[in-house]
Amino acid sequence: MSQEPNVAPYDSEPEDHSFTRRGFVKVALGGVCAAYGVAVAYPVYRYLNSPVEKAAAASKVREVKLPDADQLPKGSALMFKFGTAPALLIHHEDDTWVSMSAVCTHLGCTVEFQPAQSRIFCACHGGEYDARTGAVTGGPPPKALEVYTVTPMEGGMTITRS
Amino acid sequence: MANTYEYLDDRLGLSDLKALADKKTVPLHRGSYWYYWGGISLFCFIVQAVTGVLLLVYYRPGPEAYESVRQITNEIHFGWLIRSAHNWAANIFLFSTFVHMFSVFFMKAYRQPREFGWWSGIALLLLGMLFGFSGYLLPMDELAYFATKVGLEIPNAIPLIGPPIANLLRGGLEVSEFTVQRFFALHAVVLPALFLPLLMFHLYLVQRHGNALPVSEEAKPAAERKSIPFFPNFLAKDLAMWLITLNVIALMASLFPWQLGPPADLLKPAPLGIKPEWYFLSQFQTLKVIGQWIPGYAGEVFGMSLFTLGLVLWFLIPVFDTRSAKGNRARMATYFGIFVLTVLGLTTLWGYLAAA
Repeated sequence: MSQEPNVAPYDSEPEDHSFTRRGFVKVALGGVCAAYGVAVAYPVYRYLNSPVEKAAAASKVREVKLPDADQLPKGSALMFKFGTAPALLIHHEDDTWVSMSAVCTHLGCTVEFQPAQSRIFCACHGGEYDARTGAVTGGPPPKALEVYTVTPMEGGMTITRS
Repeated sequence: MANTYEYLDDRLGLSDLKALADKKTVPLHRGSYWYYWGGISLFCFIVQAVTGVLLLVYYRPGPEAYESVRQITNEIHFGWLIRSAHNWAANIFLFSTFVHMFSVFFMKAYRQPREFGWWSGIALLLLGMLFGFSGYLLPMDELAYFATKVGLEIPNAIPLIGPPIANLLRGGLEVSEFTVQRFFALHAVVLPALFLPLLMFHLYLVQRHGNALPVSEEAKPAAERKSIPFFPNFLAKDLAMWLITLNVIALMASLFPWQLGPPADLLKPAPLGIKPEWYFLSQFQTLKVIGQWIPGYAGEVFGMSLFTLGLVLWFLIPVFDTRSAKGNRARMATYFGIFVLTVLGLTTLWGYLAAA
């Protein structure tokens, strides 16, 4: 690349004249454009993001009351919504109660309690979890399902998470 | 940078566009101000398209129409602003289109070879009014309901084929959720599909023939006529106008946000002082006045025929006005324009005062 640079007259001004009228107008114009861009983009972003904000607020729920959940037969499970996400309440054969998130930690599919194998299974990629502790027992999931606290209440169950 | 430009230029022909932009000039004279109004209309249309798509994100036509607009207005962040901007931009669009049309008329810019610009422009204005009419129903509040009910009486007045047409548009014998659903299809799909190609055609013609000169200006010797380059001089001014328009829309939308009335109710009587939007007020008032002279169905038909005749005359002005086509002053055409403008203005004002 031995080509002579094609120097325009504006660029050949000495360094100390960098703050020219032209430069000032350019910066001011750019600033005004940016300000308008933000003034338009911000309401549009908040507008589109509205349901996300609503869901985020709903997902912050720490406690869910499940009326009549105490009627759940032994060896079966109940799906419920904890905030915005699905969760499991399992009544084991030995009369213990366990509740945990039903969202597979691998890629977010909803898992299923399989009483015959006494395991929690994700059909998407074959993830397996322990039905009492939520620990991964097989397949690709990187970590255990989050386990919640189950407290019996008058006519139902209360599920809480820390 | 230079390589990127070369790469794209080889494949897309950017330098052709640049040559076109360099060659294009805009005439400079006493009436140059009027050249901005088409651009303002175009900008409003772009705002309409953008805010329209945004409203589409939450709007639900059919039985839930009112509730979804209530949510947009009251619950979704800035929903009121998007909705108001859509409404205000619609009104400013129609206003600037009217100004554009009359300025074209009085400059006799419809004269040859620009007849198709005039015709496509009127078609665009009529589509714009249909946009206004169909969009007005979508919130399905009380005003929307009665406006549509009354508006559909117009096709209803066409002898014989009128009532079936009105029923088809309504999707029933009364304005209902079926009406909202099909007006929505019209407003968000059918009308844009018609409007966009027509707009491209209109803009192509503007590009093809350039800005029209008033007859008096054209009579001057070429050396006395002034012009400025389109790029960047006129474009910069055009963009400044767009910025002003954006500010006006934002200001109006913030200071006078569009209201949502009580939900439409078949069993509720029409509210007192109900009147259509300003761009239908002239026809509304004329029909009302004619109805007092010629009562009943005959009056409606007479009124409709009158509007149709007026529109056809207006549409065909490039054919009638042979004088300006030859570069002569066309006083009759000017008087006709002043007459139409006066009638529209007075009946609109009358309608406004009568309803107030």
